[in-house]
Amino acid sequence: MTDATVTRPRTRRDAQFDRIRDREAKLAGTTQRKGRFLSKFLNNRLAVIGFAIFAVICLMSLFAPLIAQHDPMSPNLRAIAKPPSAEHWFGTDKTGRDIFARVLYGGRVSILVGLGSALLSALIGVIIGVYSGYVGGWLDWIAMRISEIFMSFPQIILVLLLVAILGQSLVNLIVIFTLTGWGGIYRMARARMLSIREEEYVQALRSFGLGPARIAYKHMLPNALGPIMVNITLSTAAFILQEAGLSFLGLGVPLSIPTWGNILNAAQDLRVLEQNWWIWLPVGATISLFVLSVNFIGDGLRDATDPSQQG
Amino acid sequence: MQPNDPILTLRDVQVHFPIKSGILKRTSGHVRAVDGVDLDVYRGEVLGLVGESGCGKTTLGKAILQLVRATNGTVTYQGDGGETELTTLDDAGLFAFRKRLQIVFQDPHSSLNPAFTIFGSLEDPLRHYGVKTRKERRKIVGDLLEAVNMRRESMDRYPHEFSGGQRQRIGIARALSIQPELVVCDEAVSALDVSIQAQVLQLLMDLKREKNLTYVFITHDLSVTEFLCDRIAVMYLGKIVELCDAEELYSNTLHPYTEALLSAIPVADLDRKSQRIVLEGDVPSPVNPPSGCPFHPRCRYAQPVCRTDVPQLRRYRGKSGQHLAACHLIDHPLAD
Ligand code: SF4
Repeated sequence: MTDATVTRPRTRRDAQFDRIRDREAKLAGTTQRKGRFLSKFLNNRLAVIGFAIFAVICLMSLFAPLIAQHDPMSPNLRAIAKPPSAEHWFGTDKTGRDIFARVLYGGRVSILVGLGSALLSALIGVIIGVYSGYVGGWLDWIAMRISEIFMSFPQIILVLLLVAILGQSLVNLIVIFTLTGWGGIYRMARARMLSIREEEYVQALRSFGLGPARIAYKHMLPNALGPIMVNITLSTAAFILQEAGLSFLGLGVPLSIPTWGNILNAAQDLRVLEQNWWIWLPVGATISLFVLSVNFIGDGLRDATDPSQQG
Repeated sequence: MQPNDPILTLRDVQVHFPIKSGILKRTSGHVRAVDGVDLDVYRGEVLGLVGESGCGKTTLGKAILQLVRATNGTVTYQGDGGETELTTLDDAGLFAFRKRLQIVFQDPHSSLNPAFTIFGSLEDPLRHYGVKTRKERRKIVGDLLEAVNMRRESMDRYPHEFSGGQRQRIGIARALSIQPELVVCDEAVSALDVSIQAQVLQLLMDLKREKNLTYVFITHDLSVTEFLCDRIAVMYLGKIVELCDAEELYSNTLHPYTEALLSAIPVADLDRKSQRIVLEGDVPSPVNPPSGCPFHPRCRYAQPVCRTDVPQLRRYRGKSGQHLAACHLIDHPLAD
């Protein structure tokens, strides 16, 4: 297709450029893109600590059957509301279930809800936001209005509505979180696209006649991934808190399934709150620790992907 | 260069951007970025498009490539297959012509995708135009890089590893990748150091000779165009105010705006009068262009007639008999 190889007589300029190339060659070849990202992340001590805590909690939940010595569901009538002991590390609740086991098993569901909802809403938000932000026009207008409708809907009413219609379930909760959560990530992806759209490399691709989907998803999206990843981590943390909040009210995951929120639910009873601190404090601390660690990871990602801090 | 073989003909091209305001997004006015431009670009020439920032030259360049669509007027491409009016084509229809017209951008920092290697950035257009195998694409990209005096191996590196001049050369390689006939260079060297500017300009001229290209060279810098362009069009507020051979423009300046622009170039040449004409005020807003001659609020020769009547682009004798200018006073000798 090209005849760029056409040989032409060497000119003085060629020699000049050869010298420039040699100089360039000497300077080149030291920087590595991937390595820079990783080293920046690892240099951020809080992010590394956050990642360690995050990993420990995730792994312990994942391998709960191997770690926990008790079944999280079966009541033990001889050990009701016992404080922490060698047998029950976090004590037992009012029906004699081992709280340590419940926190581990509960983590599985809570993390699933948080991460699952965050990933799903990111998927929806990114697919819509990247395309409509690049193309603009009426499509963008419609997407924007829809997201406004979903975001202005009070979440608690949506939850009540869906619980009333569909009943309580894990899947319903994820659906609700996704429906109310995609708007934020959509707006962020769209805003990124609006600014990237003006970059000259995008204009160049358009001047080649490449289709909008290809330009938006293949060429522009990689440049918006940093903020999107940050947003996913932060909304994971937010969803876990929301799950805890809703379950505490008895509106979240059915009470029969242990989740961090459902364990906390027992603390609705004032007597439990005053006398049986081990029923709510360990799980509360776990939630805080987890959310905090996820936020640290998010901050670390943000700094590591910030294009204004090239180095 | 055959003088009467136009590759591109612009007739009364206008690009107006609506200004939306209020909650209802009603159009409250228009930015007249390009306001009625007639222009022929001849095959094989270098046509300079000169003016201050905001005069519409970049928009005109993009309108030539159909990156912004003209609100009015026609852009006609003349190739082997006869004439085609680009302004009436949709995206699918434009596809065949995209490869004839390409663009080199101003800002070497935003003209390459930071997330992709050079090869990653350059291969997609090639694939789009039917280069099927990866091996072929790698060969073509390598050849292109060598044509702009870069190493073949550069294709596997990321843009941030290159200097501004290198990136600009890569941008040129990309524009040439699908063998265009006409290349719009939008301030292609303005962001570079002067020494690197000269090299890149030299490269552009060599490539033009090798590949029989036509350039539309957009710049605000009249010192660059002098050595580069065959003809120069001076734009002010979306209109062409003077158009003639480059040599003629410098030796026999007619329009007061061109005169002011030229006087701003620092000259080493003692023969040329180097008294600087300071342009007062800013370029007026293209939303409400001044009545009459758009230049009259800043023109030091302005007469009452300039405030009321729009001067038309008229032909003057000059050396080549092809000197166009739009000013009421040129019939009379300019007072000095
Ligand atoms: S028409 Fe009048 S205002 Fe316009 S450039 Fe000529 S002299 Fe100046």
